[in-house]
Amino acid sequence: MPSGTAPWTLSAAKPIPRDTLNHSMFDSLAEKLQATLADVRGRGTLTEDDINAAMREIRLALLEADVNFKVVKSFTNAVKERALGADVVGKLNPGQQVVKIVSDELTELMGGAARELSFSPRPPTVVIMAGLQGSGKTTATAKLARYLRKEHGSSVAVAACDVYRPAAVEQLIKVGQQAGADVYEQGTDRDPVRIAAWARDRAQSEGKDVLIIDTSGRLHVDQELMAELANIKKAVKPHDVLLVVDAMTGQDAVHVAEQFADVVQFDGVVMTKLDGDARGGAALSVKAITGKPILFASTGEKLDQFERFHPDRMAQRILGMGDVMTLIEKAESAYDEDQAAELERKLRKQEFGLDDFLEQMRQVRRLGPLQSLLGMIPGMGKELRGVKVDEREFDRIQAIILSMTPQERRHPELIKGSRRLRIAQGSGTNVQAVKQLIKQFEQMRKVMRQVAQGRMPDLGALMRQAR
Amino acid sequence: MARDWRDLFIVDGVPAREAEAAAETGERRRGMFRRLRENLRKTRQALTTEIQATLFEDLSDETWERLEEALIYADVGATTTAKVVEQLEREATEGGITGGEALTGRLTELLAGIAKTGEDKIDLRPHPTVILVAGVNGTGKTTTVGKLAWHLSKELGRTVVVGAGDTFRAAGVEQLEVWAQRAGAGFVKGPPDADPGAVAYDTLAAARRDGVDVAIIDTAGRLHTQDDLMAELAKVKRVIAKQIPEAPHETLLTVDATTGQNGLRQARLFSEAVEVSGLVLTKLDGTAKGGIALAIAQELGIPVKLIGIGEQLDDLRPFDPDDFARALVTAE
Repeated sequence: MPSGTAPWTLSAAKPIPRDTLNHSMFDSLAEKLQATLADVRGRGTLTEDDINAAMREIRLALLEADVNFKVVKSFTNAVKERALGADVVGKLNPGQQVVKIVSDELTELMGGAARELSFSPRPPTVVIMAGLQGSGKTTATAKLARYLRKEHGSSVAVAACDVYRPAAVEQLIKVGQQAGADVYEQGTDRDPVRIAAWARDRAQSEGKDVLIIDTSGRLHVDQELMAELANIKKAVKPHDVLLVVDAMTGQDAVHVAEQFADVVQFDGVVMTKLDGDARGGAALSVKAITGKPILFASTGEKLDQFERFHPDRMAQRILGMGDVMTLIEKAESAYDEDQAAELERKLRKQEFGLDDFLEQMRQVRRLGPLQSLLGMIPGMGKELRGVKVDEREFDRIQAIILSMTPQERRHPELIKGSRRLRIAQGSGTNVQAVKQLIKQFEQMRKVMRQVAQGRMPDLGALMRQAR
Repeated sequence: MARDWRDLFIVDGVPAREAEAAAETGERRRGMFRRLRENLRKTRQALTTEIQATLFEDLSDETWERLEEALIYADVGATTTAKVVEQLEREATEGGITGGEALTGRLTELLAGIAKTGEDKIDLRPHPTVILVAGVNGTGKTTTVGKLAWHLSKELGRTVVVGAGDTFRAAGVEQLEVWAQRAGAGFVKGPPDADPGAVAYDTLAAARRDGVDVAIIDTAGRLHTQDDLMAELAKVKRVIAKQIPEAPHETLLTVDATTGQNGLRQARLFSEAVEVSGLVLTKLDGTAKGGIALAIAQELGIPVKLIGIGEQLDDLRPFDPDDFARALVTAE
């Protein structure tokens, strides 16, 4: 039975939304592509005909993901260039290869130079949050405040410049306080531009590091309100203007972004409600059309559900890559060629020790949330789909292994009695946890051996045994 | 001829207070036209894609591609777009329909036909009529509840009570309270962090006690992917049903007109939890066409009953499928 101390603990499961991974196995993009490119493998390279056929599937997938129609067109052209003549000999089948190219291209498009919030050499750094009604600005304001406090140790004030929506000021007061920020407000009877200017002066005199200005939701085609936003910007001379965009926005995202870019030249984007299952194509659209980077991702209603934006994760999400590649194959694509060869050698020679285990886990962990990786394994029993693997368990495992001597890591069968106790104490865990880890390591070793021998391991059985 | 409020609501005879309301109507109509003009001004400046009648003059592959493009642009989605384009192309090539105007007309017909699905009316005869409003975060539930309460109260002379079922969001209760005041509706709330089911219960109890005509229950925004919250919503519905059989008589799902294909999933999962009887398509005063409503109609048979076209009290209209279809394929 799983206990809180066992590694790979399967904590309370939240099923992956039934429909996110399309209805049947054959609906996922890579599978569709594989069907289209069925006879490519024999030839070894992708011809223009192959690519055209593949592009249609990709186009559909991107449209389904709400990427703007025009952006899809120019994007698929770019991918075509890259895919022509691409080498498909290797561990990935042609369908997966194309998806990989698409994914790489998408990641590049959305990433580019890593961009941070611009901080002012002389405080306060002023940030304006702007966007449509309901996009999540007020919540994002509080989240950003909390984020800056925690990550940068900044002292933060937030300003309530939404004087239109009922109880907007009250909302900011509540969440602002929760975030540990000072809330500057002057009720709803004053002009937002003047409130903003007043807030800026106050932030300065109070020596705040950052001032975040929450504004009211406004339509990009509302001339009056867009002018107001421009005036707020003029009044406070912000270092960052952030456009808050709801991840479920469809084709309209482009219009919104263009207008806001035109009127206030925003510097970056915050994508919100990413905890839903919207594929989030709007992210690509906005970046492609305006060139402005997406800086942050909001992934839930709680204030700590806010993080730096990861272009690669977004690319995979847009492509619906939940069950595209098997765990093994994805692992292979993340590995260095040399590392993979070395690993194979060690497994064949049965030299695979806990250090290697730790290294593998680190590799695996880098690929993405463990939960989604589990979901990718074909033939996984229903009980494992959507199961949540506790990331904290990973840290415990790491601690346990690092408390072992190199010899113990190579020969875990040595670990009994007093050694176990020493390791348990050294890692701040308990003897039971150490025992469990070693048991699971042995299981894992079996799997890796099977992989090295080119067999598909029965991971389902493995996981059941490991409980 | 836009669809009228009288076409939307099912009532017995003329409501007692309608005569009183009619007198104020003149004043309000002027205000309404002013706002319509303002809203249209916004839309005119918008960037939209268009299909002119001339598109259909020379039928070629490009014609159908551009039509497909326009519908995708409107968020109609690949599946529904394909169905529509296929059908129109078939009718055009089989010679049944020729000429730009005829084809545009037929296109609008097809689109409107898809939108005219399910029961398009709201029955106000039950006493009290119970309306439950749900939706994803930020789609305009509370504002819609306010507008609906106002219209029922001020235009139709009904007595209304609204229940502050959003017990989660910071200042959510206060927000609805302001709307209730503006709408002249009764207001029921619970203590902070109250159970939404309990608030619904109290609201209905108040409605029955005071002989109120309509009870509208607001709920917290929730993502359809949050199973526990969807379960909570289902529970609220059960509480309502237990208290008043047949209630809620109307379960409205608010959908933001800017929503992309995810709207389909929203509608599907919300419907699985609480049997949605109609959509409110909100924020149509922007540049988004709300084509996702068409996909929802096509795939799930759920009709749009109301549209939101602004942030003021009277920025709510009955859904008109013909107007909607026309707007999908024309500029402004």
